[in-house]
Amino acid sequence: MAQIFKPSANSIARASLVGFALLPVVVGLGAAKLSRSPMNTDVGVAKNQPVAFSHQHHVFELGIDCRYCHTSVEKSAFAGIPPTETCMSCHSQIWTNSPLLEPVRQSYEEQIPLEWNRINDIPAFVNFNHSIHIDRGIQCNTCHGAMQDMHMTEKGRAFQMAWCLDCHRNPERFIYVDEKNPDLSPRQQVFNLYWKYQADEKLTPRELQLIRGKEQFTNNPHEIMEGEQLVKDYGVKRPELADCSICHY
Amino acid sequence: MEIAGQQELVMDSSETQLNLEAVREKLAGKTGKEFWRSLEEVAETQEFQAWVEDEFPHRASISEVDRRSFLKYMGASLALAGLSGCRGMFLPQKKIVPYVNQPEELVPGKPLFYATVMSLGGYATGLLVEQATGRPIKIEGNPEHPASLGATDAIMQGALLDFYDPDRSQDILEEGRFGTWDSFLAAARARLAAGGAIRLLTGTIGSPVLAAQIEAFLRQFPSAKWVQYEPGAREGALEGARQAFGRPLNPVYHFREADVVVSLDCDFLGDLPGKLRYARDFADGRRLEGNDRTMNRLYAFESTPGLAGGVADHRWPVRPSEVPAIAQGLWARINAGGDLAEGAGQVPAAVLNSIAKDLMAHRGRSLVLPGEGQPAELHALAHAINAALGSIGTSVTYTQPVEISPEPQAPALRELAGELHAGKVEALIILGGNPAYDAPGDLKFAEAIKKAAFSVHLSLFGDETSALCTWHLPETHFLEAWGDGRAYDGTLSIQQPLIEPLYPTAHSALELLSALRNKPKGGYDLVREHHRAASTFSGDFEKAWRKALHDGFVPGAGAVVAVTPTVTRWAAPAASGEFEVVFKLDPSVHDGRFANNGWMQELPRPWTKLTWDNAALVSPGSAEKLGVQTGQMLEIEQGGAKIVTPVWVLPGQPDGVVTLTLGFGREKCGIIGQEVGHNVYPLRKSDQPWLLTDASVKKGSGQYKFASTQIHHDLGGKDVVRVGTLEEMRANPNFQPAHAHHGGHGDLPSLYPKEIFPEGDLPQWGMTVDMNACIGCNACVTACQAENNTPVVGKSQVARGREMHWIRIDRYYQTDKKSDDPLANPQPVFQPVMCVHCESAPCEPVCPVAATVHSHEGLNQMIYNRCIGTRYCSNNCPYKVRRFNFLDYPHLQKQFTGGERPKLLKLLNNPDVSVRSRGVMEKCTYCVQRINEARIEAKKERRPIRDGEVVTACQQVCPTRAITFGNIADKDSKVAHLRHDPRGYLLLEELNVRPRTTHLAKVRNPNPEIQA
Repeated sequence: MAQIFKPSANSIARASLVGFALLPVVVGLGAAKLSRSPMNTDVGVAKNQPVAFSHQHHVFELGIDCRYCHTSVEKSAFAGIPPTETCMSCHSQIWTNSPLLEPVRQSYEEQIPLEWNRINDIPAFVNFNHSIHIDRGIQCNTCHGAMQDMHMTEKGRAFQMAWCLDCHRNPERFIYVDEKNPDLSPRQQVFNLYWKYQADEKLTPRELQLIRGKEQFTNNPHEIMEGEQLVKDYGVKRPELADCSICHY
Repeated sequence: MEIAGQQELVMDSSETQLNLEAVREKLAGKTGKEFWRSLEEVAETQEFQAWVEDEFPHRASISEVDRRSFLKYMGASLALAGLSGCRGMFLPQKKIVPYVNQPEELVPGKPLFYATVMSLGGYATGLLVEQATGRPIKIEGNPEHPASLGATDAIMQGALLDFYDPDRSQDILEEGRFGTWDSFLAAARARLAAGGAIRLLTGTIGSPVLAAQIEAFLRQFPSAKWVQYEPGAREGALEGARQAFGRPLNPVYHFREADVVVSLDCDFLGDLPGKLRYARDFADGRRLEGNDRTMNRLYAFESTPGLAGGVADHRWPVRPSEVPAIAQGLWARINAGGDLAEGAGQVPAAVLNSIAKDLMAHRGRSLVLPGEGQPAELHALAHAINAALGSIGTSVTYTQPVEISPEPQAPALRELAGELHAGKVEALIILGGNPAYDAPGDLKFAEAIKKAAFSVHLSLFGDETSALCTWHLPETHFLEAWGDGRAYDGTLSIQQPLIEPLYPTAHSALELLSALRNKPKGGYDLVREHHRAASTFSGDFEKAWRKALHDGFVPGAGAVVAVTPTVTRWAAPAASGEFEVVFKLDPSVHDGRFANNGWMQELPRPWTKLTWDNAALVSPGSAEKLGVQTGQMLEIEQGGAKIVTPVWVLPGQPDGVVTLTLGFGREKCGIIGQEVGHNVYPLRKSDQPWLLTDASVKKGSGQYKFASTQIHHDLGGKDVVRVGTLEEMRANPNFQPAHAHHGGHGDLPSLYPKEIFPEGDLPQWGMTVDMNACIGCNACVTACQAENNTPVVGKSQVARGREMHWIRIDRYYQTDKKSDDPLANPQPVFQPVMCVHCESAPCEPVCPVAATVHSHEGLNQMIYNRCIGTRYCSNNCPYKVRRFNFLDYPHLQKQFTGGERPKLLKLLNNPDVSVRSRGVMEKCTYCVQRINEARIEAKKERRPIRDGEVVTACQQVCPTRAITFGNIADKDSKVAHLRHDPRGYLLLEELNVRPRTTHLAKVRNPNPEIQA
């Protein structure tokens, strides 16, 4: 009687034993990777919007301050989405016939708000307050990505909790101060960087890193030491920063 | 009310017959229990034992799943658990919708506050309403308004839920078919133009602008007559003033000026229109902070246990018909200037002598209060006593009545009912109110309404009256309508809306009247024009108007009228009948108008801790005489009217008195209030609204199941309540019982540090609850519910011990050791209990997923999104303050929508607090959202959080300022001082869990002469 299995079957059987053992790990890692991929997190995925608004054009090319539209970012938990009226404060004068702006004009005329597709969102059990982060000198781009480069707005960060905790546990690695203008308040530091970038001033590697919204933290011992000092100066209460009820209530 | 899919499971108290004689024996003597919450507890019934042994007895019935399926479900849920990380893939795209024109004053994400007033029974109370992006989300008292001083009662808190109630009327109906405002106006105007008897029926009106509209209406239609009917009308008070002074006047009490107060069946903390202010002033008069050792003294004669009796230094349960004799006894003694030999009913002469002596010793600083349910003659007599004691002008002043028309309402209503029955009324216009349900039974008003040729009912809900009227018009809620009102002392306020009417079909009474007069105008114009014409404001109108809106009131109370009462001789009626029947407004649903409010229905009533029901309250003595037990039925009959209602045996109720609460048994209400409890209005008589002396009372057949919270959450410890007298306080300021192991505050050496404060200069939050100030009014319970999005669970869930309130007010009875009958007059003590944020919290180490852990500021945090619902924490909590979401209450509240998710009620939620779902534990957070808000604002201003900057919801609403919150690490803070007050003690201190909440012992100030 002929052999059913060839000798190579032994190797295949051994390999599949290992394969089966590894399968759960692979599936697990795959799922973990998938859940962190843009498919799930939407990071870097531009969404369709009623008006093709370009942050790159308005923020970088024209140099309009973030706070012109996001008026409550320094005052309230919510940064604010500009009312149609804000758009019309300029666009009643310029580009008055642009077809791109037709939805804006229509909204203003009919008094029906524009419905934007939400880009940045956190679950309802998380309370995030913009004003205190700005007040502690956290750059917009740290969380939102390189806003000044976005033609179509996209999500800059996944807002997963571990990422929040990076900063809440090690604030000294994230706080930055412009060495040329050390007297500016932390809040002014935030917006000063955009002006410098917009005016095409020479930026330090740290500043470039911040403005590009990439890996924000620093490993540079000198900068960490400086950060420690800033944590102290700004009155950041480090122990309570990672308390659950700071965000969850 | 039922939660979807849950069968009724209510503990049947009839299973265990309660032997009251055995209860008495257990309480008697030195060894008897001193503090207890329920008769069942003393009798140690099976039912009570079940509650002690298991926090949620009868739990097994929820999930009778066999082991195998259980493991299957566990495995499946474990496998699916990871999916919650994949939010982005499954959640729909959210929209973000800005304004077109953003209001100038609005900062998105920050609330705005507007001053307005809420009127009840013609009296207004100033409010400050929080608005989040256009929707009202929380009602607070207006700190500058004299009737509020920052406090509200539970009903005012609940008014917000009424506003969002999906059952509110939304359609104009003609004979049950849809109509329009224009078709209504055409029909009504034609009818009014035709003349004939036109009758306008309203509740008690205290609003000057509405009164002006009514007056204009009556002028325009000369055949029209205005009739008022308010189930809680203050007829006795107004008529009493008329007898004493020749004209109706409004007494305003000044408790700050009163050292000795005698309540003649007057619950001034629960019934009077100025109750919030009175509560504050009264509590201030007995606050013992620091070295203050002076207290006012309150003697209360009560026909039904009320809030005033609860805090009284001496309390006597008496029959209501005995009260006049007591008043006359006092009057005679004050006139005679000394002791007399006659007593009054059960009250011995010596007691009256001592009270009279005490009153006379405090001339000008004493106060005698006549009860709302007492006859006019008693009110007149009380005025005379106050005059004789020199109190008029000091502790009591008089202003013009707040009621626009202070005439007796009953005769006019009786006449109207007669006219209606005779078919003489051409047009009946009913503004608010619900007379078909709440008119006295003898008038047969529901039938009478049907006989009107044309009838209109303007109301918030489609109710019993709406169903009988030709037209039903939806009314605007006070949060969406302009108006005005006067407070208990005559202070005028403008009622300012917070929001456009939710339903465009709704109109206010003002708008309706102006439209009927063919001069339709909006509420805003009407209110402004009235006050411009009436020259309400001095100086520039616009400026004064804006100031009045901003402040919430026009400064200046009603002018004080100088008066001297004349007393006519009055032969007090003799008590008759074996039982007297007393009617009371319900402390939560009032006269029935808040019956569709889940917050109100589920609020445990102060003495009975009953929810979702009313009951015939009888004393243990009367219960034995009648042969009834709690839950058995009572038949009450008088003058051909008969009701059958279940009994609640209440220690502290006078013998021979049956108290019935109004406002239940609604037949046409929303889903919540429909047929909850028993309607007792049919027994009420128009000429005797508060008392029946000749009713026959006997045991009926049948059993009824109540849902009371008084045996839930038993602390089971010794030394939970500390009470003493001012005298005892000198010797033992802490009222520490002899058996306590630990020193009050570090008297004995201990291995443990005094306080555990973690590293850093962080604030350490703590709270004090002054039981000496607490009157048990429940305002904090509802305020907490409104602030923290706490769901309503329904009667069957409450009966299973699943009520979700984060604060409970335990009502303990203190056995009267001197009395022969320990059940006749036990003194109550109210103890608010919420999470005490133990420094070494027993709930924390038992949580397998660390969903409850400590913060560096000393908060015992609860992290909902981490909780997997093992309930170990709640099991391990010695204070029983943790609450578990057994069902998805916020979304499954069938009572709100008939099953659908209540979209409208989502608007009610506080945006700063997570809405919890099924399977999640929750509890008091010390209002962490308010702490975080204050911390962020303080940080932005580069300063520490100020003392008093963080105010918890319960603290803010408290009329007596019983709750103090703050940083206990700051030695100068108010809370730190109170924490180390000699009266301070920690609940269950022997467990050494180190609560952050300190309770301050209750102190009574009895008259030593009477005590002896």
